[in-house]
Amino acid sequence: MKTDKIFKGILWISGFFLFFIFLLIFISLFKGSFLSIKSFGIGFLFSKEWNPVAEKFGMLPFLAGTLITSVIALLISLPFSLSIALFLGEYFKTGFISKFLSYTTDLLAGIPSVIYGFWGLYLLVPLIRKLEMKLHVTPYGVGILTASLVLAVMIIPYASSIAREIIKLVPRDLIEAGYSLGATRYEVIKKIIIPYSASGIFAGILLSFGRAFGETMAVTMVIGNFNFLPKSIFSPANTMASVIANEFTEAVKDIHLSSLIHIGLWLFIITFLINFIGNIVIKKFKINERITG
Amino acid sequence: MRKIFVTGFLISLISGSNLFARVELLGAGATFPYPLYSKMFDVYYKAYGVKVNYQSIGSGGGIRQIRERTVDFGASDAFLSDEEMKKFSSPIVHIPITAGAVVLTYNIPGNPELKLTPEIIVDIFLGKIKKWNDEKIKRINPDINLPDFDIVVVHRSDGSGTTFIFTDYLSKVSKEWKQKVGRGKSINWPLGLGGKGNEGVSALVRQIPGAIGYVELAYAIQNKMPYAIIKNKSGNFIKPSPESVSLAADIDLPDDMRISLTDTEAEFGYPISGFTWIIVYKDLSKAGISYEKAKELVKLLWWMTHEGQKYCKPLHYAPLSKKTLKKTEKVIKSIVYKGKKLLE
Amino acid sequence: MKELQVKILKDKIFKIVVISLSLISVIPLFVILFQIFKNGIKAINFDFFISLPKPPGEQGGGILNALIGTILLLIIALIFSVPPGIITGIFIAEIRNKFTDFLRDFVNVLQGLPSIVMGILAYLWVVKPMGHFSALSGGIALSLMMLPLVIKSTEETLKMLPFSLKEASYALGANYTSTVLKVLIPASISGIFSGILIGVSRIAGETAPLLFTAFGNPFVNVNPLKPVESLPLLIFKYAMSPYENWQRIAWGASLVLILMVLFLNIFTNIIIEKWKKS
Repeated sequence: MKTDKIFKGILWISGFFLFFIFLLIFISLFKGSFLSIKSFGIGFLFSKEWNPVAEKFGMLPFLAGTLITSVIALLISLPFSLSIALFLGEYFKTGFISKFLSYTTDLLAGIPSVIYGFWGLYLLVPLIRKLEMKLHVTPYGVGILTASLVLAVMIIPYASSIAREIIKLVPRDLIEAGYSLGATRYEVIKKIIIPYSASGIFAGILLSFGRAFGETMAVTMVIGNFNFLPKSIFSPANTMASVIANEFTEAVKDIHLSSLIHIGLWLFIITFLINFIGNIVIKKFKINERITG
Repeated sequence: MRKIFVTGFLISLISGSNLFARVELLGAGATFPYPLYSKMFDVYYKAYGVKVNYQSIGSGGGIRQIRERTVDFGASDAFLSDEEMKKFSSPIVHIPITAGAVVLTYNIPGNPELKLTPEIIVDIFLGKIKKWNDEKIKRINPDINLPDFDIVVVHRSDGSGTTFIFTDYLSKVSKEWKQKVGRGKSINWPLGLGGKGNEGVSALVRQIPGAIGYVELAYAIQNKMPYAIIKNKSGNFIKPSPESVSLAADIDLPDDMRISLTDTEAEFGYPISGFTWIIVYKDLSKAGISYEKAKELVKLLWWMTHEGQKYCKPLHYAPLSKKTLKKTEKVIKSIVYKGKKLLE
Repeated sequence: MKELQVKILKDKIFKIVVISLSLISVIPLFVILFQIFKNGIKAINFDFFISLPKPPGEQGGGILNALIGTILLLIIALIFSVPPGIITGIFIAEIRNKFTDFLRDFVNVLQGLPSIVMGILAYLWVVKPMGHFSALSGGIALSLMMLPLVIKSTEETLKMLPFSLKEASYALGANYTSTVLKVLIPASISGIFSGILIGVSRIAGETAPLLFTAFGNPFVNVNPLKPVESLPLLIFKYAMSPYENWQRIAWGASLVLILMVLFLNIFTNIIIEKWKKS
């Protein structure tokens, strides 16, 4: 009995330890950003000037860069992710081709970010450059478009695995009922599966957005490192994560470093909220399915 | 049984690494001299068995890391101002190691050797001259077929000593630049892409047709990139080289070794030259390192400024002149450990 | 009749679209693998694995420092993430109340945190107090990323065990501690192990957390208190450099990294298959 008490005690301690780590993360980031928060306040989010010389810092260019690349990446990847989810969930549930696609999607998910960046830098950037020269735009090669494309490829496996999970939960008898009424597969998908899993798919979109939002290395290597609000899709830019990666070791002034940590704090808060909400929606969806399905 | 084996393995691994390694030194900073330093440290390791881990993260990074004492020495091509020096917990010294040239490198078809004037350079980096076949560039390069490309400006995104030297030059030759932009390690560039380190800028210029950027000479040569001949104060068009840099560096340095070489008075000196320094605490006991390490560090500095100098020219850097070396020796000899001199 | 034909046509078109898009999605994978293989194989020879990188401008050189560094970082990350991860996983799986529900949510959220934030945290928690960069700080940053994976795989594996296992153990007179440690955990070892492998393959390729913690090192280093190089860090630095020799090394290193990830993936799948069978 005594060992059990000690053991359970250890379990509880580890639980609190985890909670403590969470608090510590927030406190450390807050403490590190304090100088910046004191100097700029909430205006930090909306200020578009990032000027280490004048010691004026604002997050807007990077917030814009992050939002634009994530949204574009999401839009591009969505048809592909949904297709994979439907392919594996409805059309080819078993068999060689099913295993093939599911395995290759897993592999895509496992490729390290820096390798995506490397590939993007050497293979995608020259192609985009050629496109830009044809369109008579400055042939940077790097920029928002390139970063969005690389991001899109990276989040396809992530979004598709969530979508697969969701689609699996649509009650089988509902689907069978649809077929027995003479509906085609397309109609079953369009009128039963998708509407039913709408909230789950929304959560999946949200979580994929969160994933794209925080992606660092691949983006850093192809976004062009430009600390101003991007003016077009071909413009170089910076995201919240990439500016930290680029400038952290070299920020000489304390206010500069503190502003970078400040960006990190917001990155933490935003991805936390996105993930939290997304996970709750999925949980609710799963619970609903278990009750009614 | 397994536990004993594993523990024994781990102990031998950890102790083994300390047994074979003598003192290891950690430095960080300028990318400007990196081709030279990495060669020097490679040779030094082979000769003396002392590992020097140098990470080229930019002069700004070097200054920050030595200020926080997370490294044993910092490297920068921007000397510290009086104000910056006050922020250090203990006095520091600047030790010049070599001088180099900041060249304008570019990517246009045929890789021709272009002539540029200070006015043109300022206008390009201010965004006033936007195309390669602009009249102003054509006028002084009449024989060259300049393309109808946009000029893509590439600058440094990190805290850079190379930027400091370049903008110091631009501020001297252009009142407009001085007012609008100024000089510094990190500046608010009016336009252009940011590359990380001299490496990043070279890589970008190399890949983007129509690009122009400022890098240290070694980077342009090692990557077979063209660079411009620039009109200096005396009106001569000078090609950057160890010789033309040496001419610009042939001046009397102040005792603390902090000086700018840009816009040189020397008739055939290259106008965008600069020293690069290693920065250490004058009293190394305040640097958070052991006595043994301090001795090795001073030995390294002595070697770099003496035997190591023979690696400068082959890598396109200018070795220290006799005048400069004499003063440098004084500075190195003044480094102490708790008041005690480290070099006899 | 026409209506039916339209319905069937729409159905066929949709099927083609779904299949095409799905198959197109895997094209990038093959393109990436092909390019890395093509360029990487040129760089790889025996020397590549046992030598150190050369200064810029010189030919040759290898990735020994990065290979050893990666292994060192992985070991440190495992030390800091596996024991606490398993214990916390047990806690969340065994104790059911609001607190553990919240913790479960939190673990999911922790998993989604950007890796660069982990780097900032390790810098603030380890590098600053220690006063210098080190493999230890890099390993701790990586362990923060491993932790949620270990916790989750422990929890999920435990949940999948049949309740009869526990009952049988109690019936034999064992107490709670022994039941967990000597019955449940050994039964879940494959599941936990595969979770760890997935985690390792994920953090082996992580770069962002190491930028300002492990810092880099042109020499081999096994001392956790000193800076160290890692494969992805090396790839990042060399890929962004202008030197052709370094770029060549980056391709070779990428090939090595991808093969590592591939093998870990295959190995994990084999273990999961075996475990599912039993």
